[in-house]
Amino acid sequence: MRKNLDIISAYSIMLGLIILVGFLQSWSMALSILCLCLISAVMTMGANIQWGYAGLINFGIMGYTALGGLAAVLVSVPPVREAWQVGGFSMILCAFLIAFMVFSIRFIIKKYSQSKKRSYGIVAIIIVGLILLRLISAPAIESIESVSPATTGFLGGMGLPILFSWIIGAFFAGSLAYIIGKIALGLRADYLAIATLLISEIVISVIKHEDWLARGVKNVIGLKRPVPYEVDLQTKEWFINLVQKFNQGALNLITDTLERQELLKQLVIESSTVFVKLCFAGLFTVVVIILLIITQKALYSPWGRMMRAIRDNEEAANAMGKNVVKQHLLIFVLGSAIVGIAGAMMVTYDGLFTPGSYRPMRYTFLIWVMVIVGGSGNNFGAILGGFAVWFLWVEAAPIALFLINFFTSGLEETNAFRVHLVNSIPYFRFLMMGVGLLLIMRYRPKGILPEKIKHI
Amino acid sequence: MDFLNAIVLLLNYLFVPALSYGSQLALGAIFVSLIYGILRFAYFTAGDLMSFGTMFTILFTWYFQSLGINLGFLPTALLAIPFGITVTILYVLVKDKLVFSYYRSQKSPPVMLAMVSIGTMFVTQAIVRIIIGPFDRRFFDGEKFLLKANEFKEMTGLNEGLTIKSTQVITLVVTIIVVSILFWFLNKTKTGKSMRAYSDNEDLALLSGIDPKKVVMITWVIAAILATIGGALYGLDKSFKPFTYFNNMLPIFAAAIVGGIGNPFGAFLGGYVIAFSEILLTYAYKKFFVYLLPESLEPDGLLQLLSTDYKFAVSFSILVIVLLFRPSGIFKGKVL
Repeated sequence: MRKNLDIISAYSIMLGLIILVGFLQSWSMALSILCLCLISAVMTMGANIQWGYAGLINFGIMGYTALGGLAAVLVSVPPVREAWQVGGFSMILCAFLIAFMVFSIRFIIKKYSQSKKRSYGIVAIIIVGLILLRLISAPAIESIESVSPATTGFLGGMGLPILFSWIIGAFFAGSLAYIIGKIALGLRADYLAIATLLISEIVISVIKHEDWLARGVKNVIGLKRPVPYEVDLQTKEWFINLVQKFNQGALNLITDTLERQELLKQLVIESSTVFVKLCFAGLFTVVVIILLIITQKALYSPWGRMMRAIRDNEEAANAMGKNVVKQHLLIFVLGSAIVGIAGAMMVTYDGLFTPGSYRPMRYTFLIWVMVIVGGSGNNFGAILGGFAVWFLWVEAAPIALFLINFFTSGLEETNAFRVHLVNSIPYFRFLMMGVGLLLIMRYRPKGILPEKIKHI
Repeated sequence: MDFLNAIVLLLNYLFVPALSYGSQLALGAIFVSLIYGILRFAYFTAGDLMSFGTMFTILFTWYFQSLGINLGFLPTALLAIPFGITVTILYVLVKDKLVFSYYRSQKSPPVMLAMVSIGTMFVTQAIVRIIIGPFDRRFFDGEKFLLKANEFKEMTGLNEGLTIKSTQVITLVVTIIVVSILFWFLNKTKTGKSMRAYSDNEDLALLSGIDPKKVVMITWVIAAILATIGGALYGLDKSFKPFTYFNNMLPIFAAAIVGGIGNPFGAFLGGYVIAFSEILLTYAYKKFFVYLLPESLEPDGLLQLLSTDYKFAVSFSILVIVLLFRPSGIFKGKVL
């Protein structure tokens, strides 16, 4: 108990802050902060596995998040039969063509030794393949996108429950990570960071502009939820009874039946949103706990010790017969897959997929701030970082407003300087993040909850 | 005649815009590359430092405009750039003193410094947005065109017009002047040589009595100068918006790596490589071939290799290809 004191106290402070928001602002607000904190915690765990366990910098988190979101769309949206009829065959043909190209290039690379002829052959295959792809796909894409473009205009998905997408999202992100890892993992640390950052931008621009896949910047809205809808809840008998039970005291104070009915109706509407968010929070908590158990077990297993050995001294680990390249690739894929889960969770929670909203500031750099602030190499630290930083990110505006009012209280309400500051409140969150990150890196470089290594 | 028309068409839509965009990228790439070579970390604040410098240039431009000072047909911003540079130099030196010098004295790994530069990126972004706001701003004044399309048509009697914006010429002239001074400084002066020596081999440079503090300071000063000039030129040519500047960080990094990071001359050329490939691959060549080929062979489609949406993706793909086949860049930078 004593040795986990810092963890327990840090988490109780965090929980207390969220409950405080519930009392001061609203419970709906507090729960949506909690939900996004949990999602951020999953992302941070993914990044922490790569950075904390293995020392790999992955600045492509945005790309994996978006792929997870794409998975949510492709899994849950019902297929658009008309689009499949007009263009499905050609798109499948394209997929086969790509697979054929990849396998033939691999075959050539394996079969023939390096020579000019081989390189020309590979280049020729790529160029011919690209021209063929263009010829086959262009008319198909055009006809798919012209199928009632206002509502669909894409191939649609599989029409399965959206919860499946959490697994499929992990699979998507993992496969992308495999390809990127094969290309870029040999690079030195900060080079890898730049390469992954740029590759994630490529992923986003493909998702944004290939409208046949997921409508691109036209967004997909109204994804099915794994939890009940507010409107349905408000008509359910048991839910109304439940609300009545909880608010017995307040309701009994009012004697007028009509007024009481009115209050009950309002309470039901309010608590339905709270209930839905509670359901989400419960689902997300389950995911976080499962991942936490798995990652903790992995961290203290022989495999985790090997990863730390590789991180701390690559040459020595290599000399001991550990396959550094293979393990790096493995952990790169695992971490990215976890980020993919978070991406799918986020789209599930929002109920919509907006490729235009994926920006590196929010989805890559902010997550890195969370990892560094929380404590790299420590899963509890990573989760705490996700909570604390997201909390600050959301609550920065009220805090900044309070501080500005406090420090400029000598000035008049209409003072130009004061008005300007109040208008630029949203940007104080960047300042807080930056200063926070710099302070933590300077005075507590291992994060709030530093890595602890159990010696056996 | 058709042949001339085709050439003018390419000049107008490809060559001139790519040349000015490339110059703006090149200025950014050079300072990223210098910082990488001498301070040895990836400087993620690059784009935001450019927006910081541009912001102060804009503020001084407004101030001069309110005083009624202008440069006639040239934009007032040219007069404001030196003042913008001064503020930016002060800012980077203070930042270095407060933030980066500690990690240098601790001999922290480059990754740590790159993370720290992300912290300063957040701070710089906040400062810019708090002072000037996130909106799109144009601060160009003076003569807009050096050569208008219909003037050119009248002059030459061709069908295709050639437009040359004055900002494009200014960009090119300023870039040539700045870059030649920089390379003269790096190659001919004692301080410049000591900087290159420090970049090549730190220990050896220290042994031969080079003052590391001076080298680091000069590097920051050069970075601030290049960032402000590059940013202001980009803002004059297009417009100033903090978010675009942050995004420009990505092609700048691509240019620096493609040219061989740590090698300023490579970075300079890398800027043009990126700009030209972005525009060459996303241009629709239909009209060009209509001029060149006989009527029977005229193309049906747009003859566009990639849609313009993928402009950014092109430069990043080039980067990936370079990383795969020549990790040290086209012009041999540091081996990584």
